[in-house]
Amino acid sequence: MRYLPLSSDDRAEMLAKIGVKDIDDLFIDVPNHALLKGLVDLPLHMTEMEVEQNFAAFADRNISAGSVPFFVGAGAYRHHVPAAVDYQIQRGEFLTAYTPYQPEISQGTLQALFEFQTQVAQITGMDVANASMYDGSTACGEAALMARRITRKNKAIVSGNLHPQYIDVVKSATKYTEDVVVVSETTVNKAENLLELVDDDTNCVIVQYPDFFGNITDYSALADALHEQNKLLVVVTTEIVALGAIKSPGEMGADIVVGEGQSIGNGLNYGGPYVGLFATKQKYVRQLPGRLCGQTTDAEGKRGFVLTLSTREQHIRREKATSNICTNAGLCTLAFTIHMTLLGEAGYRKLAKINHAAAVKLASKLSKVKGVQLLNDTFFNEFTVRLNKNAADVVEALVEKDIIAGLPVSRLYPDNKDLANDLLIAVTETTSEDDMDILVGELSEVLK
Amino acid sequence: MFRKDIIENQNEGKKEMTIYYSEDHEWIEVEGKSGTVGITDYAQNALGDIVFVELPEVGEDYAKGDEVAVVESVKAASEIYCPVGGEITAVNEELEDNAALVNTSPDADGWFFKIEIADESELESLMDAAGYKEFIAGLE
Amino acid sequence: MTMNNQGRPTSIENASNSNRSGYPSYTGSRGLSQVEGLIYEIGDTHRTGVDLPEVEEFESRLGGMERSGEIGLAGLTEPEAMRHYTRLSRKNYAIDLGLYPLGSCTMKHNPRLNEKVVRLPGLSDIHPLQPISTTQGALDLIDTLAHWLKTLTGMPAVAMSPKAGAHGELCGLMTIRAALEAKGDARSIVLAPESAHGTNPATAALCGYTVKPIPATKDGRVDLEAMKEALGPDVAAIMVTNPNTCGLFEREIIEIADAVHEVGGYFYCDGANFNAIVGKVRPGDLGIDAMHINLHKTFSTPHGGGGPGAGPVVLSEALAPYAPIPYVVAGDEEFDLVEHDTSGKSFGRMTAFHGQMGMFVRALAYMMSHGADGLAKVAEDSVLNANYILASLKDVMSASFNGPCMHEALFDDRFLKDTGVSTLDFSKAMIDEGYHPMTMYFPLVVHGAMLIEPTESESKLSVDQFIGMMRHLVAAAKAGEKDRFSGAPYNAPLRRLDETAAARNPVLRWTKSEQ
Repeated sequence: MRYLPLSSDDRAEMLAKIGVKDIDDLFIDVPNHALLKGLVDLPLHMTEMEVEQNFAAFADRNISAGSVPFFVGAGAYRHHVPAAVDYQIQRGEFLTAYTPYQPEISQGTLQALFEFQTQVAQITGMDVANASMYDGSTACGEAALMARRITRKNKAIVSGNLHPQYIDVVKSATKYTEDVVVVSETTVNKAENLLELVDDDTNCVIVQYPDFFGNITDYSALADALHEQNKLLVVVTTEIVALGAIKSPGEMGADIVVGEGQSIGNGLNYGGPYVGLFATKQKYVRQLPGRLCGQTTDAEGKRGFVLTLSTREQHIRREKATSNICTNAGLCTLAFTIHMTLLGEAGYRKLAKINHAAAVKLASKLSKVKGVQLLNDTFFNEFTVRLNKNAADVVEALVEKDIIAGLPVSRLYPDNKDLANDLLIAVTETTSEDDMDILVGELSEVLK
Repeated sequence: MFRKDIIENQNEGKKEMTIYYSEDHEWIEVEGKSGTVGITDYAQNALGDIVFVELPEVGEDYAKGDEVAVVESVKAASEIYCPVGGEITAVNEELEDNAALVNTSPDADGWFFKIEIADESELESLMDAAGYKEFIAGLE
Repeated sequence: MTMNNQGRPTSIENASNSNRSGYPSYTGSRGLSQVEGLIYEIGDTHRTGVDLPEVEEFESRLGGMERSGEIGLAGLTEPEAMRHYTRLSRKNYAIDLGLYPLGSCTMKHNPRLNEKVVRLPGLSDIHPLQPISTTQGALDLIDTLAHWLKTLTGMPAVAMSPKAGAHGELCGLMTIRAALEAKGDARSIVLAPESAHGTNPATAALCGYTVKPIPATKDGRVDLEAMKEALGPDVAAIMVTNPNTCGLFEREIIEIADAVHEVGGYFYCDGANFNAIVGKVRPGDLGIDAMHINLHKTFSTPHGGGGPGAGPVVLSEALAPYAPIPYVVAGDEEFDLVEHDTSGKSFGRMTAFHGQMGMFVRALAYMMSHGADGLAKVAEDSVLNANYILASLKDVMSASFNGPCMHEALFDDRFLKDTGVSTLDFSKAMIDEGYHPMTMYFPLVVHGAMLIEPTESESKLSVDQFIGMMRHLVAAAKAGEKDRFSGAPYNAPLRRLDETAAARNPVLRWTKSEQ
């Protein structure tokens, strides 16, 4: 078997050295009836070629985003990743390396994490960032728990315009803890009044920027009002490219910023693995969940990097840890930082500009289509339109025309009849003008 | 038992007689109803390089034996238990930027917090300097 | 004759006789080992390695929220970036370079076939929220992996969405709590052995449970009598790793399961050590109710310098109704994805979208490559390699328990007594020998623990070299060569790092200095 180096002779020699006759002698502690006499009921081993054929068959039954005009966003965005990124993350020294607990032989991973942490802090406008979380939604859940640790109050107010799946994750992250979560009304494109829900027990208000429906809101006033009451503002960004065009959450006064970094360096991958971003103010550093990489020197005075502030983590604090987290996004984090380095400041800002310009163009074209009403005043690269028909039906009809027209909002809000005709449309630098014209053309037909 | 010892030793160096020690290696220096608390030289040596001390809030009440602070070294976190019950009146803000003080000066500059002692009789179950010395000798 | 003395001289006499330690270099680089600064020291805010088209003037819809001022990001062109990251990569140890004897981590070979198939556009370039009719192949793949996991573990259900092992533990405990709450009796205590991994108590706390530790017997297993004494109507669950963190199979596991069930509690199994028994034992036959599986351990998905992981959780019939959403349902004609709970029983959603698809693809490719026969061999070879190491080192090192062990062998620091060498020093000296150290100071139940797990990916030659190297170091320690250990590592890209300074004054990012 191509992955198993031991030969029968090897095995015989080794059994002899150990002093047993048969390999099953080493399984002597397994209760007799539990040690399987035969093989489990699964296929036998396959050659590389056979495995490839199986996976090609799975792949062929999916419509890839790049093969059709494609407009789905809603927390995961299709961007172009430079070829160099994948070559680097496939290097064995990155791909097959362990967590950098032995820093002397892990400086590659550690320096990349230090650079990543700096990039995330800069992008979000905050003092410090961690070495990444599983994804944006779990990072959001962790932010609520962190707000409680900092303020010692237990109620989180969550905007109803936060990604609905993120809202669900915050609810389950706090389900069996002493936390309470209050979700405000989903206003779609109307202004929210979150302050009126804030009371003595509140520890934070969690908002999304741009929000799930694409709206861009200035949260500076909300931040100020919360700070006056010693409460925290948590800002969530699911499209990290947006921060290349709009004010950073740090500038608005956010205390904690969480985000989804998937847009940079990482493809859609049907929902995972992604990259959770988590940044905060210097004074809250010791309450951060997840891994942290810090700078130090070695015994000869050379600069080096190590995982630090580990006493917050599970392997030391156990039940008093800030979280139970053991991994970060590793290779996906590396992909993010490499892509961000290739973009640099100039590239990041330009990429954001291109995305916004494309969205403005498509919005303009759609505004001329009968039966389509743009709901947003503001947007970055994603906006909500209200159709004159059921959005899910329209999307299915367009699939027949080889177009993936966006996300029917009802998929994430099945019980809200008011949103049944709403469609969330995302545009990126990968969307061509042809794609837009095809969408506009076919949509007009379907809405007639 | 120990109160009597202290009264008998009253003339033998005033500083020594007001310091009590717990079996968890905390010391408390008592002046009237106020106590200053820290950890002993034995403890700082056993813990290694101290990197952070999590201190209580001023104004909070603790009972004897409650977890009142946490001392962090790089790879471990150790709980500090309140030697007597009372209200926290001050914390050593120096430790925030310089946790190393606990290693270099555990008996003086590395103090953790001051406490208003609620029940002075709780001091009776603590050890005096000689008792503590014997106690740690027994641990080795 | 003609004297043709062109061409360069080839005598190496001068080189052979010269200064062996060499001379300091200008940059600090040495031969193939290059020194490398930060992107912020090499790059700047203008440079970029991506060509992007110019944008015509357009009317902004950002609502006046334009970002002004410098962000401060450093950029590099492609050649500079390739060199930067290539140089960084060469400072890393990796499975591709050598054996990782890391107990509990299962550092097996990461097959490249898995990397190839995960990059098929039909699997990588699909959005989780595109219409379900357009991702039938993806749903089938997830369902197929679920089938393999259920069959290998002998369990009827599996929750696929947890993003890592610890996340899977959380999923398992939350499912248990939801099941108990449905009966109106959430309970408040979870039992866990003293040898448990730190994630176990941390996870229990996140579910509102307090952990009561159970002591181990002298032979390293859960003390069944002590456990029975700790059981009561307030115990929600027991969390047990099997094989346990000492590398031993819990002989009385069925009795443990029965005892917990008798008081109405559940058995959560930490599946981190599944590699020892995959294909040979089904945890379902041992009485477990829930078990997470680390796809990045037993099923070879790459460690990637610390992630991503994936932690699907197999569940019993009783727990299945409380599992989180979403989940795949195989219909007669098609696959469907259930994204909203209509039963009212599920405890909720653990993550946005559906789970770690990229890791599902890799794990399934690994499973299909090995098949039922190959996977059983994986367990056998991993146990064989570990026992061979135990048998070959127990005369010079102190094995904590009598064999046989499972896929990992536990030693403690008794053999280093009076040498002045600690487990930490010994580990750092292994780096000088060209090896990553084994897991150290875990589990906490023995002093100065050294947990060695070779995995089935190591050839006999590799294992013999490892054994030889360990014996060589033990002899050096016993011969009093303290400096060799206390100053180690000497041969790594950096010497030992000051972790105290890093924790006392954390510097967690580069900052532009005021010039």
